[in-house]
Order: sequence, then structure tokens, then C-alpha cells
Amino acid sequence: MSSPPPSRAVLATSVAPAVVLRPLEPSRDVSTAPPAAPPPTLPSSRTAARRRAGRTLGSIAISITSLLLWLGLWQLASSQRWQLFFRFDNVPAPTDVLGAARELFEAPKFVEHISSSVRRIFTGFTIAATLAVALGVLVGRVRIAALSVLPPLEVLRPIPAVAWIPLAILLFASAEQSMVFITFIGAFFPIFLNTIHGVEGLDRRLVHASRTLGAGPFDVFWEVVLPGALPAIVTGLSIGMGTSWFSLVTAEMISGQYGVGYYTWEAYTLQNYPHIVLGMISIGVLGMGSSFAIKWVGRRCMPWFRTEGGAA
Amino acid sequence: MSTLEASLASPALLLQLAPVREQAQAAPPAIEMRGVEIHFGEGKTAVRAVSQLDLTIAPGELVSVLGPSGCGKSTLIGAVAGFTPVSAGSLRVEGHAVREPGPDRGVVFQHHTLFPWKRVLENVEFGLKMRGATRSERRAAALSILETVGLGEFVRHYPWQLSGGMQQRVSLARVLVNRPRVMLMDEPFCALDAQTRLSMQELLLSLWHEYEITVLFVTHDVDEAIFLSDRILVLSERPGRVRAELRVSLPRPRTRALLTTPEFMRLKEQALALLFDSPAARAAG
Repeated sequence: MSSPPPSRAVLATSVAPAVVLRPLEPSRDVSTAPPAAPPPTLPSSRTAARRRAGRTLGSIAISITSLLLWLGLWQLASSQRWQLFFRFDNVPAPTDVLGAARELFEAPKFVEHISSSVRRIFTGFTIAATLAVALGVLVGRVRIAALSVLPPLEVLRPIPAVAWIPLAILLFASAEQSMVFITFIGAFFPIFLNTIHGVEGLDRRLVHASRTLGAGPFDVFWEVVLPGALPAIVTGLSIGMGTSWFSLVTAEMISGQYGVGYYTWEAYTLQNYPHIVLGMISIGVLGMGSSFAIKWVGRRCMPWFRTEGGAA
Repeated sequence: MSTLEASLASPALLLQLAPVREQAQAAPPAIEMRGVEIHFGEGKTAVRAVSQLDLTIAPGELVSVLGPSGCGKSTLIGAVAGFTPVSAGSLRVEGHAVREPGPDRGVVFQHHTLFPWKRVLENVEFGLKMRGATRSERRAAALSILETVGLGEFVRHYPWQLSGGMQQRVSLARVLVNRPRVMLMDEPFCALDAQTRLSMQELLLSLWHEYEITVLFVTHDVDEAIFLSDRILVLSERPGRVRAELRVSLPRPRTRALLTTPEFMRLKEQALALLFDSPAARAAG
């Protein structure tokens, strides 16, 4: 109220392009008050940072203690050969596994197993992601694509990747190709369905807004549909990564040479029990690592995306 | 500040300015509807949203459409914007039949229609980018208009980091940076608190002056309609048609002080009477 209202006279001066309406004073206007959430660029206060660091340290300590307790229990069960409900008499103790691991890291064979699996995942998953996202966007946007592509895929979808193994062996010349195919099958459907979901769930008003701002069909697709569906696509990639590992390990156990799944099964048939656990741990670590990689890439691609918790 | 005071002090400038909007009347109407029908669905589930609608809006006019909820107000905006096809009748914007959405008719929606993945600056630049403006051109234009709406310090923020009022300021800037001939506003301030709403209304009036733009403003808020408009069109219940027209001859520029004057109250009384003079209201009353 302290400042004069914009007057008709402003219009007269606006003929000269140099004169623009002066910006409104903040005092006059409540809508420019700082937003509730502080922008992430602001440095947080030192005490808050210290408190956060303390909390992080505390939670790490709890996690490590819990992990050690479980390991201790396992060690006890195996060394005492407990036979409660689970029979621990043949289960290797953590110390045995550690010994096996030490000798393994010196053998070049183990690296070969790991790299084979990673290569299969990378190839199968990349093909699946590319195809599933492209097809998912098409099905989500184009009616004819949805009508022609969805029915056959709906029949194939409930078939677990494991059930594809016999046919995959017949379909492909080499075991290697069939295992990549199984990985592909495992990853495809979660990514495909999440992409469709993301495209169809897009707020129509965003498309409308872009069109009133002059966007053509290609711009709508590139500037609105794709970024709008990205959170769902990343979720699909994350789930797909998990299912592709699951499928690959099974395939390797059945038809593989090399690979962590093959390694784990081979350890069982050779009665090399500590190596079973070692194989399992490798699978866990690899799966976790690739899941982290997806999440990291997702965050890098979507700095604007806010999870439910509110943190950017 | 000094420019503003100087021009306020000069009555000659005010006199020179008066004919501007009258002259424009000679041009084809900014928006013209003749016997417009808008139907949704088919067969038994068909809905007549708008029926036998006639309206004419002159270039540079600020006209509000007031009506009960579900009377087809938003459908009207959709039709002029080009999202909603007209079932019958003619709809022309500046003499041209409306076929599809275009940047000559900017739309400000209710809320949450900024692109969440673009920063404030990129949101405002969007229209110019679509038109093929160079990076430096569109950056300069967007920064200038963001300064005008009072958001010069928030250009790097993402929409979720802004309050509702600030988001609507960005929406206004995103439309106006394209210099549209017509701005369509679909209850743009109804999700804001009363105080913010009032400052947004004042901002809209000053932008309307600066950009000499035609505004079609849909609202269910009687005060808002009177405060902003040259004319108010009162729509009937579904199927919507213009039932009455109220000319608001309150002097401009308008300030919030106007809201408590006897003239304003008189207009409000008239508007409310028009709004509630419907079969349903009579039955309820």
C-alpha cells in the first residue's frame, strides 16, 4: 500500500521499449515470500550439519553391530554343528568362507566368472531397456500401437524368465546367446510396463500447456512426454535390473559355463561348500552394485525429481 | 519510480491515452462466438456442456466469465484455446476460425502446470524455444519478464521450490513472454490464499495495461470478476449460455481500496442477483 498502484500513465510510457513496468516491491506482495522449503543451494548451518553427521555415524554403528551379531551367530551355529530346524552341520562357517575367498581372489578364474555375468547383464539389460522404453512410449502414446502390441505381450508377460530357458536353448546357436536372452526377458517387462504407466499417467494439462506455447508433436514428445515419464522409467529400470540378475543366475545354473550362478552350482556339485556361500555373496554384491548404479544415474538425470520424503 | 510519479503528475498524458482502447474497436473482435455448441460423448451419455453461446470480446478488453461450477466455464476456455472441438456454430479469434492450440492464445491454468523438470527460467523460455529463438535472445527476454513479475531472484529454482503464488507468477510470465494476442485464464488464482490472490489480481491488471492484451478470465469469485473486468458475462447452468452481462465502469487504475467502496458493493449486489437468479437457486431459496 505504500507504493503507488500501477496506473494508466504507465501504459503511456510503455510505448518506449526501454521503460518496463518496475518490479513489484517484495513488501507489498506476500506471494513472493520465501517458499516453505529452503532452496538446496543455501548452505545449511554448521550445527545442523554436525547434528546430521552425528546421526549418520550413529546409524552406521547400529548397522555394523547388527551385521557382526548375525555373523557371530552364524559362526557359532556352524562350528557347534547346530541341528535345530536348520541343519548347520554341512554349512560352512564365516571363517571358512573367508579362507575360500582369500584363495579365490588370487585365482584368475573367479574374475572370469564375475566378468562373464556382468557382461551378460550389461548386454541383455541394455537391449531390454532400449526396446522396452521405445515400445512403452509408443504403446502409451499411439492407440494403434497399443492395440497391436499389447495382446501378444500380455500372453507372454506371465511366463517367468526361467520357463523360457528350454526354448532359449533351442532358439539360439550358443549357450551364451541364450543366457543373454534370458537376462533380456527378465528385464524387459518391468521396464516396459513402467514406461507405459509413466506415459499414460502424465498430466494432460502439461501437454495442453506445451501446445499453447507453440510445441509441435515432436516437441511434445521430447520436451514433455519423455521427461514426464522419466521417474516411472527409472523405477522400471531399477526393478528390471533386479529381475534380470534373478533370471541370469538361474540360466547360468542350468546351461552356463562361467558366471556367478554357474560358479555357485558347481561349488555344490563339487561339494566345495564354502564356495556356495561365496557365490551367493558375489551375486548379492553385484546385484546391489548395479541397483545403486541405476539409482545414481536416475538421480543425475532428474535433479528436479522429489521423492515422497521431500528431499531433492 | 520517478518515471511513474512524473507521469502521474501529468494529466495531459492520461488524456492522450484515453482513446487507445476505443480505436481498437474497429478491428475484428478478439474473440467471437456465434451459436456455439459443445457436446461431449455420444448417445445416452452425451452431455451438452455449452449451448447456443454468443459472445463478442473486443481487442484489449478484460472480460470475466462468471458462473456456477459445472456450467461449462472451463470448456469455454478449452474451446478458445483449441483443445476442445466445437460441435456446432462458429468460433473466431481475431477473425480466424480456431482449429488447434497455438501460441497466439496463451493459457494460464488453475495450478501446477509448470514443467516440473524445468527450472523457472527454462519454463519461461519454453515458448520462445519452440519458436526457434536463439539461446541468448530467449534468455534475455525470459529474465526481463521474470524481473517484471518480481521473480528475478528465483530463476534457477525448480517449480516445487516456489509457493503457489510464485508458481502462478511464473505461469503468467511463461505466457506473456510470447506476446500472445489473447490470454485465457482458467480460475488462475482460486487455489491461492486471499492476500496472495489480491496481489496477483493487481499484478494481472498492471500486466494487462503493459501488454495491451485481450483477457478472457474465468472465475467463480464475484469480487475477483468485478475488480478485474470491463465486463462480466454470467453463464447459466449446464448447458451453459450467456444469461446476463454486467458492465463494470469503475475507473482504472483500480486498487484494493476500491473493494470497499459503495460503487463496488452495488455492482456486487447486482452480480450476485444475476448469479443466483436461476431456476435451481429459486428452488433452493
